This record gives sequence, C-alpha cells and structure tokens, in this order.
Amino acid sequence: MNPAGYTTNEMMTVAAARLLRNGAVCFVGIGLPSTAANLARLTHAPDIVLIYESGPIGAKPPVLPLSIGDGNLAETADTVVSTPEIFRYWLQGGRVDVGFLGAAQIDRFANINTTVIGDYSRPATRLPGAGGAPEIASCAGEVVLVLKQSARAFVNKLDFVTSVGHLDGGDARARLRLPGKGPVAVVTDLCMMNPDQRTKELTVTSLHPGVTREQVRQATGWQIRFAEALQETPAPTDTELSVLRDLEARTRIAHGGAGVVSA
Amino acid sequence: MAEITTLREAIAAHVRDGDLLAMEGFTHLIPFAAGHEVIRQKKRNLTLVRMTPDVIYDQLIGAGCAKKLIFSWGGNPGVGSLHRLRDAVERDWPQPLEIQEHGHGDLSNAYVAGASNLPFAMLRAYLGSDLPKHNDKIKFIQCPFTGETLAAVPAVRPDVTVIHAQKADRKGNVLLWGILGVQKEAVLAARKAVVTVEEIVDDLQAPPNACILPAWTVAAVCCVPGGAAPSYAHGYYERDNRFYQAWDAIARERETFQAWIEKHILQTGDFAEFQQVMRDSRPAGVR
Repeated sequence: MNPAGYTTNEMMTVAAARLLRNGAVCFVGIGLPSTAANLARLTHAPDIVLIYESGPIGAKPPVLPLSIGDGNLAETADTVVSTPEIFRYWLQGGRVDVGFLGAAQIDRFANINTTVIGDYSRPATRLPGAGGAPEIASCAGEVVLVLKQSARAFVNKLDFVTSVGHLDGGDARARLRLPGKGPVAVVTDLCMMNPDQRTKELTVTSLHPGVTREQVRQATGWQIRFAEALQETPAPTDTELSVLRDLEARTRIAHGGAGVVSA
Repeated sequence: MAEITTLREAIAAHVRDGDLLAMEGFTHLIPFAAGHEVIRQKKRNLTLVRMTPDVIYDQLIGAGCAKKLIFSWGGNPGVGSLHRLRDAVERDWPQPLEIQEHGHGDLSNAYVAGASNLPFAMLRAYLGSDLPKHNDKIKFIQCPFTGETLAAVPAVRPDVTVIHAQKADRKGNVLLWGILGVQKEAVLAARKAVVTVEEIVDDLQAPPNACILPAWTVAAVCCVPGGAAPSYAHGYYERDNRFYQAWDAIARERETFQAWIEKHILQTGDFAEFQQVMRDSRPAGVR
C-alpha cells in the first residue's frame, strides 16, 4: 500500500479494466485478466460479455472464479457451450472483440511465453503451457495483456514463443494473414504500454502515479522506449477501489479462505 | 450396450497397460475416483491425453502410470504448478515422461476430428509460434480453395475415455450438464468409454436438447457418488478448493506424495474407503 492508499496491483487491475469498453465481447484468461474484466463489468461496462474457454458465454460471476470452469460461471452465463464450440464458432468464428491474457514472459513485440523457462527439452522451469492463448492470440479482434513488470518477465528474447504478438514487428501479422490485430496494450503494475503504430515495438505511453522512468527501465530487459507525450495514469477512483476490494473480499469468503491467484 | 458394474471391474476390464487413455472434464466433473482406481490397479505405460492435466494426472504421473502425456495446459488451477508433472519432465521421476503439447483450440478440435472419424483437425493457430518446432504433430496445410495456411493436427482416438457425469438411467443412458468441456467428443472419439455417475435413476427426465450419451455409446457405467471430488458436480457438490491448495504441499516432495498415495489410494479398497480416510484425516471442524 503506497501513501496514496492503493497497491500497485490494484492500480494494474484498475488500469486494465478501464481498457474494456461496455458491450465488448471479451475472451478472458483466469487470474488477473478475469479480475480486471469483472471489475469492468461491475463499474463502467455492465453489458460486457465475458467468455471463458471452458464454455460459459456472458458469465456474470458474483465472486471471482478460482478456476477457469467454476460453477458460478455456468450458473450466471447467457449460455454454456462445449469447449470445441467456444473455440470453433465463437473465437475462430470472429465473434470475440478482445482477448484478455496474462503471460510469464513477454518481449518488445508483445509475443508471449507460457511454456518453459530455459531449454524446451531440459527446462529450468516448466510452465503450464499454452492453454487457449495461441488461438486467442491469432483470432481475437485485438489482445490486451496484463502482467507484473520485472526484468525476468520483460525479456530481450523469449525462451519460447507460445503465442504471437507482433512477431518481429512492422506488418508481420498482416503478412501472415493472422485474423486479429494482435496486442493493442500491455498493462503492468508500473505503466501502460502500446505498440508503436509503425514498428509495433512496445512503447510506454503512461506511467502509473509515483512511478519513474528509471523504475520502468530497471524492470525491462530491453532498451524500453517512452512516448513523447508520456501521460500519467489517473489514480484509481474511490468507486473503482471499493468495488474491487468488495469483489476480492466476497471471493475470499466464498472460496473458504482460498485466495485468488492474481499474478 | 452399457454394462452397469463396479468401478473396479470396469477399469480392470477396459483399461490395459500401454493404452491411450483420456480422462476428461474441464475443471467440472473430473473423474477422480476412476483415476484413483487406475493407480490402485497399477496400470503402466499409459499415454494420457487430457486438455488440462490438473491434479488427477499429477497423481497418475507421480504414481508411475504414464509414459507419455498429450495436453494443452498443465497446472493446478488457481494454485500453481503440478509438482509431479514437473518432476517427471524436469528430472525423469519416477520415470521419463514424453510430452506432446498443444493449445486448447487444437486439442478440442482433435477430439472433434476423432469423433467425426476424420484423420486430422484444422484450425487457425500457431503461425509464428514455437510449438510446431517442438511438436511434429502440428503441421501446416494449404486450403485447396483459398490457398490460406492453416494448422493441422492429428485426430485423437483414445483406446478408452473415462468421464464422470451426473446421472445414468438403468439402461446406462448418461446425462450430464453444466460445463461440458470435451466430454461428449472424447467419448465419441474413443474405442470404449467408461462413465462414473453420481446416481442411477429410473428416468433421466431430460429436456430434448440435453447432453445425453446413449447407452450404446458407453461400455460401462459405474455409480460412484462423489466420484468427481475434489472437483465439482454441478447440482451435487462444490469444488473443494482447500484440497487443491493442500495438494500443492502434498505433491511438492516425492516422500509426502508417496505417503499420500500409499495411505489414501493403495491401502484403500475403493473410492468409498478413500472418502472415509479423507474424512478421518480432516482436522476437527472442517467439512
């Protein structure tokens, strides 16, 4: 908790939530993306449509799901379909506006790794793997990424490209005829980044209150660029904070003290 | 036609060493009781396929049942790593584990292809990804009509698929609802299917579009109430989140894992005995 009365994690979740417009159809990963998407639904975006890869479409969970297939997602959804249908008709069918994902590692073109740290055949750390991310990264209209910033996560070269962002930059996605636009924003606990319009290299466009350029440089494994018109992210409002904290408190009680993994 | 039998008899009759075995259930209706029975009967050299090999496959892998894993996301949902899976991949314990990994869209399509008697599935994915470099089962093909490049993956055709469902009737027709994952596709893609259910009833009372697996698509139906725990069965019981968290500590070290498997699975005769051991070992005041 900083002197302003909110944590850097809360700033990250709030900043990510603000990117989701009311009415958007949003394919949500578990953890931080799910927290931010539900915060959006409970604040400025009551008509947002949340799709979880297990099958619920239009889920309105009263508390945050601990897993991607919790019962409250099915109970509150407009409809529940099979997992193949989610991926075939709804994601690949072009009906998802925003894919909202986390990652273990990210590079300057917002390609992401959720597979291994180190060599693939003898990994230093075996991560959970792809999940739905390769298909979401290909087919969602656009992608928003949310993850905590550190030099270990924001690396010069990924150990493994699980899901593509802008590949090696420029018009690489268009040349491969990928259906979606790819990552349009990366939200961290320090700042917001957007791909440069031409090169697609991630550029810091907004620092969260109290964060310095030097902090961001230290937490990035490449020479990070800053936008000329660098903004300050508006601090969380009282409403955003109270809705988020209520949601997390309800969640803790509902899961019998089991916490929600938020990173 | 489905035989209504005990889980012990069903696993003994239908799962053989070396089989390609699918135990599906996307967070919901995970066939844990059946997984325990596979461990109890010391099945070996299985190739396990499952989209989300969570705690159920951590148990099978750590117990030495598997030589290969085909999957798309391997973690303990909401908690973290699967330590037994990682120990097998990173340090070959208790034996080397070959892995073949995909994405969810890919693997769910591969079950659809299996159920459809097609040799492969195709989808829009993997352009630019490193996964095809490490999995030679992911290939690219040209659409004969538009020239577009699409990913192709082989159909999944399990020797046996095992699922858990809410109800069966006395003929063995199976009804499931809630989050369905790929259970129906996995059953229809397999040579044989074993289904555990919460209860067997006279009449399923299912509406016309309900997800029903007719008795003639299933080899065996076993009544195992609570058989999806610690996952959940919609309409019957909730997910035991505390167990998923406790599993992190149990599975982290080989010794604690082995002691848990010995006490809870190898030294119990069936799932009802397992449930009794679990109840007895809970601290006072905890459900």
